[in-house]
Amino acid sequence: MAGASPPVSGYTGPGPVTGLLGGALLLALALLTLAAPLIESLLSGAYGIDADTVDLFARNAGPSAAHWLGTDELGRDLLLRLLYAGRISLLVGVAGACLASVLGTLIGIGAGYAGGALDALLMRLTDAMIALPLLPLLIVLAAVDLEKVGLPPGLVRSDAASLYRIILIVGLFGWTTVARLVRATTLQVRSHEYVRAAHALGVSPLRIALVHILPNVLSPLIIATTLSVGNMIMLESVLSYLGLGIQPPIPSWGNMLGSAQETMQTRPALALYPGLLIFVTVLAVNFLGDTLNARLDPRKAP
Amino acid sequence: MTAFLLRRSLQALLVLLVMSALVYGLIGLMPGDPIDLMLTADPNVSSTDVARLKALYGLDRPLTERWLRWLARALAGDLGFSRSYAAPVLEVLGPALKNTLVLLIVAYTATFGLALPLSLWIAMKPGSWRDRIVNLGAFAGISIPVFWLALLLVILFSVSLGLLPASGTGARGPDWMDRDWRYLALPVTTLVLANVGAHIRYLRGALLDVLGQDHIRTARAKGAGRLQVMVGHALRNAMVPVITILALDLGSLFSGALVTETVFAWPGMGKLIYDAIMGSDFNLALAGLVLATAVTLLGNLLADLGYVWLDPRIGLAARTQPRGGR
Repeated sequence: MAGASPPVSGYTGPGPVTGLLGGALLLALALLTLAAPLIESLLSGAYGIDADTVDLFARNAGPSAAHWLGTDELGRDLLLRLLYAGRISLLVGVAGACLASVLGTLIGIGAGYAGGALDALLMRLTDAMIALPLLPLLIVLAAVDLEKVGLPPGLVRSDAASLYRIILIVGLFGWTTVARLVRATTLQVRSHEYVRAAHALGVSPLRIALVHILPNVLSPLIIATTLSVGNMIMLESVLSYLGLGIQPPIPSWGNMLGSAQETMQTRPALALYPGLLIFVTVLAVNFLGDTLNARLDPRKAP
Repeated sequence: MTAFLLRRSLQALLVLLVMSALVYGLIGLMPGDPIDLMLTADPNVSSTDVARLKALYGLDRPLTERWLRWLARALAGDLGFSRSYAAPVLEVLGPALKNTLVLLIVAYTATFGLALPLSLWIAMKPGSWRDRIVNLGAFAGISIPVFWLALLLVILFSVSLGLLPASGTGARGPDWMDRDWRYLALPVTTLVLANVGAHIRYLRGALLDVLGQDHIRTARAKGAGRLQVMVGHALRNAMVPVITILALDLGSLFSGALVTETVFAWPGMGKLIYDAIMGSDFNLALAGLVLATAVTLLGNLLADLGYVWLDPRIGLAARTQPRGGR
């Protein structure tokens, strides 16, 4: 949901249980996906299968001792594909959110500290970004031919190009919330005596930003970044589902769902797992973010 | 009021202008040059012919000049010709707009019809079991990927049970009401489930905000019943954020229905824009994107207006300060 955040005063906030649950789920997912090569080597030792082996004689098979979740439409092991896809989806989520936060922090501190015309310009830009129809615009950006932008064809045609591109795109459009948060905090901190004293002592703006302002914006920044990981994973999966995000052969939960759509009549399980994993991941991120929001933010502390 | 309205409208127009330029530039970077597309029809074209063709269609001119030309024509009501539909863009946009409106009006009404009573019900007893359960459901709704939800509904209701149609609009004629309404069931359910969670959380927050205020305590002390306090006092005062989110939603639903429309093959604006981009139908994609931006901006403008109009405490002077609010 793009738009204003709900009014929060009077909201008692979620208990620590939901946050812990979210964090534990995320940790489990991260560990599982990180252990993908290990699981793969175990399975290949026992049954001789790996994530990319196509077995046309074992297409759309149900669960078995070798294939715990069965195989996909090309006879590849579903479990291993899901784990490797999870690495990509989580990577895009975290990297995109970090990129967006760095951009948002730079813009927010710049606007809040400089004030005046630069502030007005940057905040109008932020307003305008929020008012844009996000999804169609992302689709256009994802469809741009990178060779026409002047990037070397070797890079454009490499498998990883779609990964870098998607991180860049989701990061470029996710900075607005962070920018507003950081700007508001910067404005607050800037008027404090110690910052004015530092300024009067001739401390450089860069040092003031790093030493005095950044530590103050850290906790809202962490909350906003956590919450945006969920958004980024969601955007990546939508774009990949539409065929514009992560390109096969690299698996992502989104593009697995895209290809599962064609076999949904005969093999609905293929459409079940990737979506379930996206759902659980985003839910866990939201649980964690919401709890952090209620507990960490000093303005909302009881 | 007029000055405020004028300022906001001018800002919106500026954003629209920049957006059209941006999209114009980006579309030029998509695969499939218009001339390349023509060449597929005749492989014997020489490079001098290509240059001549480019000159004929003005493609040898600089980008800014081409954009200004497009803008001048668009303002005169000529949005060009759609390649994939072989019809003027305006004629293609009309029916798509109509389809999106049908879907959105029904989904919108259902979403609020569900969110409003539910949030009133849970805001009466914050922290209670019903509050926790509805909140959990709302969280689930926010976190579920729309396209997955749509696929699950199709698998359940169309493939397994065979109860509901999975694609198409079910329209029987040009009349809006003359349709097989069962075709709306799955796309509307998807949109409602995907949006209702955010609305419940927002409305609940707004209601609890109002319930914490003094006049509510006064009303309770004077013996007003629970329902009367909720509807007569809390809801009335929470109308400002409600109207705001209604208006803001206009835009996000308009282009946010893209995924739902694509999964259910519902020929509305979202699917139109997606198909146009994927099919290198540049004129149509451009017009569709600019229209989607215009609707979003209009929603923001309405939200701002509603805010000022409904809440007399918010002075216009305060709202016109460049505080980055909306």
